[in-house]
Amino acid sequence: MEPILSVTDLSVRISGLHILQGVSFTVAPTGVTVLLGRNGVGKTTTLRAILGLTPPAGEVRGTIRMGAQSLLSRPTHRLVRGGLGYVPEDRDVFAGLTVAENLRLAERRGTTPAYDKVFALFPELDRRGRQRAGSLSGGQQQMLAIGRVLLNDNRLLLVDEPTKGLAPKVVTEVAEVLERVAESVPVLLVEQNLAVVRRLAKDAVVLAAGKVAWTGDAGELLLETALTKSLLGVGSAEVAH
Amino acid sequence: MGTVILLALTGLGLAALYFLVASGLSLVFGLADVLNFAHGLFLGVGAYGTWWAAGNLPGAGPDGFGFVLAVAFGVAAGTLVAILVELVLIRPLYSRTIEQVLVTVGLSLAGVALLQATWGADARPFPRPDWTRQVTGILGAQVPNGGLLLIIAAVLVLGAILAFLRWTRYGLVIRAGVENREMVTALGIDVRKAFTLVFAIGGAAAALAGALGGVYFGTVSPGQGGSLLIFAFIVVVIGGMGSVVGSAYAAVVVGLVQQFVNYYGTSGLGDICVVGLLAVVLLLRPQGIAGKVATA
Repeated sequence: MEPILSVTDLSVRISGLHILQGVSFTVAPTGVTVLLGRNGVGKTTTLRAILGLTPPAGEVRGTIRMGAQSLLSRPTHRLVRGGLGYVPEDRDVFAGLTVAENLRLAERRGTTPAYDKVFALFPELDRRGRQRAGSLSGGQQQMLAIGRVLLNDNRLLLVDEPTKGLAPKVVTEVAEVLERVAESVPVLLVEQNLAVVRRLAKDAVVLAAGKVAWTGDAGELLLETALTKSLLGVGSAEVAH
Repeated sequence: MGTVILLALTGLGLAALYFLVASGLSLVFGLADVLNFAHGLFLGVGAYGTWWAAGNLPGAGPDGFGFVLAVAFGVAAGTLVAILVELVLIRPLYSRTIEQVLVTVGLSLAGVALLQATWGADARPFPRPDWTRQVTGILGAQVPNGGLLLIIAAVLVLGAILAFLRWTRYGLVIRAGVENREMVTALGIDVRKAFTLVFAIGGAAAALAGALGGVYFGTVSPGQGGSLLIFAFIVVVIGGMGSVVGSAYAAVVVGLVQQFVNYYGTSGLGDICVVGLLAVVLLLRPQGIAGKVATA
């Protein structure tokens, strides 16, 4: 099957730091592809480069293609309208706006927003429509951040650490939702929680020091204790949980 | 008692003038991170546009509907200049702060020089309806109608901007953009259109301030925009970058402090007190009354 996304020889320099150094990988057209690595290896930088969110002072080289379309140098809003959904690392909900306004902002002109789907997955967002997003709990904000991208039809979702800082029960809920979402749209996921990775991911790309250190089946990676320890800095206990 | 009422209402008139200039300045800075030193130029264009239209535009004049038409012309001219400044000069320089400052400072100086070269450096009498030269008795105070007109206009502009921000799609985009511009683009929204829009809104409000400031002061001069801009910046910082309501509160505080201190103290002391107030706010509440935190 043709990959939905191909990243070839991607290099990103920001403020003199060579953060990504010739990264190449593909994202399968179905299921979850997980981007793994220790802190600071360039996972979020990779997602942001795909989305055209590298700071203006930064320099991006290489090729990023979604299907036949080249993504580099296209403005972010056009990439998103073209079907690239983004759930950022720290949720980035608009704290001063209500839940309903956050969702309304994500509506795209010319399409019918899928409120039914979003409220079926997250009934709480419907109930808390008038509440300011800044007063929601971390888990509720994460639901809102995911809900925003699910309002529209996307060709690929970029999801950055959706379980970061959440309570275990909420982590399970978020993983369940992503599992259901991935049945209809491919996901490129950055995730540190290996239990979530084990549950969701089909393919894995591991970054180390700004380069691709390993690619392959996510399940196989997690079975290789020595490999996960050397690449991710975690042992069998963390993988098992 | 009459003096206090008079000072309060003339202070509020001054506050209204500051608010009209500061509201756009605040929105532009809050959304686009542009410190627009050329904002005073929009005020000057509005003032001179109204002045010119009252004498030359068919149907326009210093009275009645003719005056409304002259003000509308001035506001349209100020808005157009603001849009052109954003599209031609600011848009290529987003995220290049130093270049923005240089361009807007240069533009403000060039704008004043252009107005001086065209209509001279001296203040010119401003065409205004007779009733704005008269006074209205309020609780024993004889309050100039020009000041009351400014207060009413500022309240209407505040209401219109708030309604726009609250009830329209672009208002929602602007409110969200003031919080997190990058995330707005990551939702598929071309935030640059909102930049142009806030420049247009700011330009229109400043041009209206120019036209009504001419009524308030009775004259128009090339440097008027620049001197008002200094206090408008103070209002924006005290009110909080990006907050229109904060600008309204701050404008009231600055206008009243200036008026009362200048009257009961020494002339000019009010201006110093306002700068002192700015320093206190920056030390104790750097984000201002209602704005986002200004960071280095």
